[in-house]
Amino acid sequence: MLDAIDLTRAKDGDPPLLIHRIRLSLRAGDRLALIGPSGSGKTILLRALAFLDPLDEGAIFWRGEQVGGNRVPVFRSRVVYLHQRPDWTAGTVEQVLREPLSLEVHRHRAFSRDRIVGWLSRLGRSASFLEQSTRDLSGGELQLLALMRIVQLDPNILLLDEPTAALDPTTTSAVEGWLMDWCDQAADRAYVWVTHDMVQATRVSRRVIRMERGELVAPTATPSGLPQSRRYPSQE
Amino acid sequence: MSFLGKKIPVHEYIELSYGQVALAAVLILVNAAISILLHLKMERLLFIAAGRTVVQLLMVGLVLEWVFRWEKWYAVIGLGTVMTMIAVWTVLYQRTWRYSGDWFASMTAMWLSAWSVTAYVLALVLHGSAPWYTPQYAIPLLGMVLGNSLNGIALGMNAFTESIVAQRGQIESLLAVGATRWEASREAMQHAMRTGTMPIINSMLVVGLVSLPGMMTGQLVSGMEPIQAVKYQIVIMFMTASATALGTVLAVVGSFYRLFNQDHQLLIHRIRPVDRRAAR
Repeated sequence: MLDAIDLTRAKDGDPPLLIHRIRLSLRAGDRLALIGPSGSGKTILLRALAFLDPLDEGAIFWRGEQVGGNRVPVFRSRVVYLHQRPDWTAGTVEQVLREPLSLEVHRHRAFSRDRIVGWLSRLGRSASFLEQSTRDLSGGELQLLALMRIVQLDPNILLLDEPTAALDPTTTSAVEGWLMDWCDQAADRAYVWVTHDMVQATRVSRRVIRMERGELVAPTATPSGLPQSRRYPSQE
Repeated sequence: MSFLGKKIPVHEYIELSYGQVALAAVLILVNAAISILLHLKMERLLFIAAGRTVVQLLMVGLVLEWVFRWEKWYAVIGLGTVMTMIAVWTVLYQRTWRYSGDWFASMTAMWLSAWSVTAYVLALVLHGSAPWYTPQYAIPLLGMVLGNSLNGIALGMNAFTESIVAQRGQIESLLAVGATRWEASREAMQHAMRTGTMPIINSMLVVGLVSLPGMMTGQLVSGMEPIQAVKYQIVIMFMTASATALGTVLAVVGSFYRLFNQDHQLLIHRIRPVDRRAAR
């Protein structure tokens, strides 16, 4: 679905390269984990894949067509980047969820309260969560809201930047299960999951890629002895 | 209501000598006394400010005398150009946030808004026997328009850049789910437009109630009939209002095109805060 060719970003054109000639292809059903030390360029790469920043070199192809110009909004409605630290105007949870639906690319969608309530119960929250003000939410709850906000748009690819960093272990495993199920529910879905936790990486992905100093290094083999998720056996 | 039929006695204005101006300068000693008594330490600044008032205005007076006497269209255009460039420079100096290439937005906004509105008024509203470039009309009108448009442009551009920086997270979270650059920046643009045009609208609401506008005061002192002076003032208010709105919208849209590219990306790295201490 998504092909990234030689993605390169340099800081203001100076030598310290943020990411360097990255080639990456995402196919339907891909569940990819991206790990690497802080500052290795994981966030920059995810943002580049969503075409959020100007590239110094390289190009992104979506279903065979190069992404650019007026095609960008539609592309970003299909390939959605989840910010590490979500930020919205103050309002209730429901208002934040409805906001993207007012955009031109999503205007044909209706807000589905039942669907959200279903997800909430799976994530251990009640329907009253929808009426809460975003100002009263904890960091973890903001992450849940951010996830539901983009998943309700039925994108093809999720670019998840440490989506469970602020969550407790119970909610983390609920989110992992929910997103893996989401990925399996339709044929044309995939995600890239950035995490610092190697155990989580092997749990949620079929392929782990490591990033170092702005470059992808050879896929790391799953270290033996790490617990594989029992509830979600590999489906390869 | 018989007094309405009576002709208003119009007196010639009093020609001021330099001695009379010096008498007025005594008034500034009040400021100096306050500063010294209250230890405000503003004497030096006050002295410079008073000096600049005298020197700058005298210089402008000399230039105006020359242009008014000459009455050539290119002298008027030339003086107008200098005035516009100073206005552009003032806008850039008033900025709290800068972005690379901001001079272009303020320059086009200033030129287009002030010159088009002044041209409209000179060519159509004040259409009479005098040619359009008569300095007596062209120069003061352009000056009034520039002064107001300048404020709108500076306020609008500052507000826009500032909200882009403050709402960066919201703007990017909208772009990330497929918003166009217009959709993502709409709130910041509306806020900037309101900020830029609010002062002129406020002054339209209270004009005449709180104080008499400077231009009208001048016309009354020089002996113009009040109703005539008021008519002129109404023309001026509408001129400045439309030039301010036009200038603000041009400046904000120009900034928008500098800060968002055709690929619907926010170019936040172009923005940097102005370090006032470094500038001094």
